[in-house]
Amino acid sequence: MSDTFEIRNLQAKVEDKPILKGLNLTIRKGEVHAIMGPNGSGKSTLANTILGHPKYTVTGGDILLKGESILDMETDERARRGLFLAFQYPCEVPGVRMSNFLRMACSARVGREIEVMEFFEKLEAKMKRLEMDEKWVKRYLNEGFSGGEKKRNEILQMMMLEPEFAVMDETDSGLDIDALKIVSHGVNELRGPNLGILIITHYERILRYIQPDVIHILVDGRIVKSGDADLAKHLEEHGYDWITKEVAA
Amino acid sequence: MSAELLRGPYKEGFHDDLPVVHKVPKGLKHEVVDYMCDVKKEPDWMREFRHRSLDLFLKQGLPEWLPGLRDEIDYDDITYYVSPVAKSERRWEDVPEEIRRTYDKLGIAKEEQKLLGGLGAQIDSEMAYHNIQESLAKKGVIFLSCDDGMKEFPDLFKEHFSKSIPPEDNKFAALNSAFWSGGSFVYVPKGVKCDVPLSVYFRINAEQFGQFERTLIIVDDDAFCHYVEGCSAPVYTTNSLHSAVVEIFVKNRARCRYTTIQNWSTDVYNLVTKRAMLYEKSVMEWVDGNLGSKRTVKYPSCYMLGEGGHGEVLSLASADKGMWQDAGAKMVFFAPNCTARINSKSISGHGGRSSYRGLVQVRDQAKNCRVQVNCDALILDDKSRSDTYPVMEIKGDLATVEHEASVSNVSEEQLFYLMSRGIKKEEAISLIVNGFIEPIVKELPMEFAVEINRLINLQMEGSVG
Repeated sequence: MSDTFEIRNLQAKVEDKPILKGLNLTIRKGEVHAIMGPNGSGKSTLANTILGHPKYTVTGGDILLKGESILDMETDERARRGLFLAFQYPCEVPGVRMSNFLRMACSARVGREIEVMEFFEKLEAKMKRLEMDEKWVKRYLNEGFSGGEKKRNEILQMMMLEPEFAVMDETDSGLDIDALKIVSHGVNELRGPNLGILIITHYERILRYIQPDVIHILVDGRIVKSGDADLAKHLEEHGYDWITKEVAA
Repeated sequence: MSAELLRGPYKEGFHDDLPVVHKVPKGLKHEVVDYMCDVKKEPDWMREFRHRSLDLFLKQGLPEWLPGLRDEIDYDDITYYVSPVAKSERRWEDVPEEIRRTYDKLGIAKEEQKLLGGLGAQIDSEMAYHNIQESLAKKGVIFLSCDDGMKEFPDLFKEHFSKSIPPEDNKFAALNSAFWSGGSFVYVPKGVKCDVPLSVYFRINAEQFGQFERTLIIVDDDAFCHYVEGCSAPVYTTNSLHSAVVEIFVKNRARCRYTTIQNWSTDVYNLVTKRAMLYEKSVMEWVDGNLGSKRTVKYPSCYMLGEGGHGEVLSLASADKGMWQDAGAKMVFFAPNCTARINSKSISGHGGRSSYRGLVQVRDQAKNCRVQVNCDALILDDKSRSDTYPVMEIKGDLATVEHEASVSNVSEEQLFYLMSRGIKKEEAISLIVNGFIEPIVKELPMEFAVEINRLINLQMEGSVG
């Protein structure tokens, strides 16, 4: 229990439209799961619902982090307890310096004010791994960042915050092959017994660089098929049509 | 909830029982003018100037474009001259102990002077202290109370006084001209750079009182100076009035920066006229932070008289409950090849209101001028309000005018993003708001930047529903 992230029969809606219709998923620490699905299957809804975005309403089921329901917790509390979301579209926060924001977030995560020296030592090391220029820390949060820079910044935050379970929402979208390699390399470094990862993606491409233990296929708000890496290959070759037909039948 | 509570501990809201050296009866009276002239031993031309100004004030209406204020202020219920000190001292030790204690409480500690080129302290109508660093004095820099400036440098004073803002300019300039007292007189000689700021703190202590300081700054050819002012007042249940006039002359190739951190209590009507005359290739920068007051009406202006001048206004307004920040800028081009930039940021919360009011005027003879206006408003809740009133009158040829304005709220996406990193909602809002004003705050002297961030954070408290 203490090392699982569990989604039980989750139902969620946006405005009045039901999107998730009974989703079940259990991830243990050390595992990497991938959820694949066609457009509109509920992938982003799942990511946002896990972190409690106010636009999404849970109408049934539960989400348990290490055995405890998080549905009544605010977004910030979920994060402090070890959940992380790498955004598909990280937003710009003008005038807020990267270093200032990151130190605040790291302090919140560990529950104490992190010393400046300690913080910058760690930050520099992580940035080097992601081949990020040191000028980044002086930039404003995501402001004027290219798509690839934003995604790299998400991985940097993930490295700094050391979550227990991380959801990566279409992290591969908008990345060229070099950026994808750097990002994947970063994620692979984070893999280990203390972290469970859920990769949400439309394409199989990222899974060539980050090999998942389990692949799930999401169609119309439910997981309709789970399997190993071969499933992704099959999707790559045949598209999503066969599976939607199979589900319909 | 009262405004004081919302602003958190408005730590300047106390008042002290101070000795009364001068106090006139309430009301707009020519006798008050005479009393002031007698006490100050002023020349006849000033006495005439004051009386004429009072007549102008009584005759003049408020400008049509200015909303409100018509029946809000009872001018006969205000005291126009109050002083707890007899004269302005040049040694801190000579300032009466009670006054020093007030300033200690405000944190205008003796130590701070070491970082400054000069320090002035006005309490109610008079300057209690005015001193300048030895090294600057040796270079011929003059930094006195405006009254002492008139006495010690009568010619220089008379040559500039009221030449950019005559009493006819507007009703409040007339009021100031009638009852002016205190403020600074600054002269920076040719080629002299004051690399450390001259700083003045204005304090209102009396109740139902009008403070009318007058500041005259002359930066001679190729010289530079940075003047910084701060202010505060006690919290009473009655209203006070602060109506200053600031005139600046930036001579050829000179540069002047004037920074204001206005933090009056919400009892104070802050109706101020500020104008700079720019000569050839000179640069004027107004950095105007308005954080307090009940109503502020203030549009620092640059009159570009010489070719190639550059005027700049960085304006920051934060309107909390019970406040209306009516701030902005005025740029008037009389000469060719001049440039100007206005950058205004306002925050409104808890039902506060902020208005950007700007005038850009390019006269016939001002060819090839460029002006860039940027105003951004951040509104924290649906009780609060923000308006923009830009006026552009362009006559000169080849003018380039850019105007950009935006109104935003703290966005749900930004909040969610920051909170998804473990940052609490209030801290996240505070980050977003401080980020919004960062482009202006980074222009402020360090201690002011810290103070602004502190005040803004206080105003943010409880702003989350």
